[in-house]
Amino acid sequence: MGRITFVEHNGAKHPVEIEAGKSLMEAAVENGIPGIDADCGGACACGTCHVIVDKSWVESTGEMYASEEGMLAMTPEKTDTSRLSCQVTVSESMDGMVVHLPEFQM
Amino acid sequence: MSLLSSRLEPALQPVLDKVASRIPLHWQIKGAHAFQSVKKRAGKNRAVPVFREVPLPGVSTLALADIDVSNPFLYRQGLWHSYFKRLRDECPVHYQANSPFGPFWSITRYEDILFVDTRHDLFSAEPIISIGPQPEGLEIETFIAMDPPRHDQQRQAVQNVVAPKNLAQMEDLIRSRTAEVLDHLPIGEPFDWVQRVSIELTSRMLATLFDFPFEQRHKLAYWSDLAAGSPETTGGNADNDEGFRAAADMARQMSSLWREKEARKAAGEDMGFDLISLLLANENTRDMINRPMEFIGNMVLLIVGGNDTTRNSMTGGVLALNQFPDQFVRLKQNPDLVPNMVSEIIRWQTPLAYMRRVAKQDVELSGQTIRKGDKVVMWYASGNRDERAIENPDQFIIDRQNARKHLSFGFGVHRCMGNRLAEMQLRILWEELLKRFEAIEVVGEPEYVQSNFVRGYTRMNVRLG
Ligand code: HEM
Ligand code: FES
Repeated sequence: MGRITFVEHNGAKHPVEIEAGKSLMEAAVENGIPGIDADCGGACACGTCHVIVDKSWVESTGEMYASEEGMLAMTPEKTDTSRLSCQVTVSESMDGMVVHLPEFQM
Repeated sequence: MSLLSSRLEPALQPVLDKVASRIPLHWQIKGAHAFQSVKKRAGKNRAVPVFREVPLPGVSTLALADIDVSNPFLYRQGLWHSYFKRLRDECPVHYQANSPFGPFWSITRYEDILFVDTRHDLFSAEPIISIGPQPEGLEIETFIAMDPPRHDQQRQAVQNVVAPKNLAQMEDLIRSRTAEVLDHLPIGEPFDWVQRVSIELTSRMLATLFDFPFEQRHKLAYWSDLAAGSPETTGGNADNDEGFRAAADMARQMSSLWREKEARKAAGEDMGFDLISLLLANENTRDMINRPMEFIGNMVLLIVGGNDTTRNSMTGGVLALNQFPDQFVRLKQNPDLVPNMVSEIIRWQTPLAYMRRVAKQDVELSGQTIRKGDKVVMWYASGNRDERAIENPDQFIIDRQNARKHLSFGFGVHRCMGNRLAEMQLRILWEELLKRFEAIEVVGEPEYVQSNFVRGYTRMNVRLG
């Protein structure tokens, strides 16, 4: 089984087992990773599941739709590799991926 | 036409902005007022509805088509609950053809509201988000009532003011100002919580946010109440003439505040983290004062947005804990529940009943066809009590699971910009209350705001123990 590692803003690392087909947001919430609020429950409507993907892994997180880009644009801490984790589907090919949490959620 | 009108020819706008930037704003508003007064005497104004309170019928006596949830007394009379439950169960997307605000659709279920709020491609927030229009001549431009891409540009320019990073710097100040208010409250004798706590704290917060003269902070609450309370806009009882005078006063004072800070910045002084300083520090907004419609619109939006919403949550929380006393006992045993309870208070109160949209094309929703151009009202107050989305929605449960999953802040690109600030203020209030008081007892019945939009209190007597 592969793993994805969430890194909190203070540097704390949280590896989680990959469960293919779930969203990255669900993977975080179900494993009790702090710092993801997911107020809208994954509807791409709140922006509080923001994560910053490690540069080398951006490609593997897949395509971004306009609705996600629109919500991310409202996040003051947006970076070039920002994603809304509820819009990223976890797959086996993400073994070793590193995802950073922003200091604050919107 | 008035320079404040939002319905200007697009090609004319830059020219008018240029002219407008040379005429002091408060003169423009006075000019608009004079123009409206002349029109009124000439009998040319749009008719403004007059609302007189009568006891409303029970919902079970009405035909579906006669249910009118835009009535500004529904909340005060405690009937909103049964009216919306009937709509959710029998006609979740409901058409009212003859309200005093004209025809409109009501969206009453959680999932449908989420759909409308996130599909700004189908539903426009323009020209305004209340059921009725703004008073003639006072049509101020704010990004809460703009569609992308204009919305996004304007919001991005100001959102750092209330971004969590900035808030972290404000927390200590807000806490000390809260403590000061609480330390002066009487013990054992009833007083008006709305005036002494809720209004006082939100005015202090706004004064902090704007770095507004502290001793004049009550003006902010006064301006805000007038801006949201016109009869034609929300069924409120604010007086439009008074509204014009207040708008002129506000424009004058905010412009001079801007000029003062601009001068200080030019003199090389350190700038603070208040709204105007941040606008002055930003490439895209440092000359916003030369675009008066945008400037005044942003000021009004932040003053109104941050005012009675938080105020009524501060009152609503006390009322909820009185109606559910077992929850107060649990809270005192588990002060760690405060953050979760804050979300539950905001859901339970739902300080703003709705946001309004206009369909940009025909849309099918829950078996109804909404036509292009129709008004569509997303009733957050109803969605937050939708049994289909929220378990035991009428119960106030301080450790509710998924308490953050409520509609009170809206969803989509317009999602409340000040949500973190509101939560922080409420969290600080409850942390400081628990340190000081054993009992917070509501005495008698609270009095409610007349409005179809603001769900709030004008008075609530409380005794501390
Ligand atoms: C409990 C308190 C509050 C509630 C319930 C509330 C509610 C709302 C709602 C329902 C919206 C529209 C959402 C939509 O259309 O989807 C909104 C937008 C907004 N709110 Fe709040 N609000 C609160 C506090 C605040 C505070 C403290 C501020 C600022 C100081 C603020 C500033 C704004 C602004 C600027 C917008 C416009 C956002 C946009 O259009 O992009 N609000 N709020
Ligand atoms: S959970 Fe709301 S946007 Fe992802």
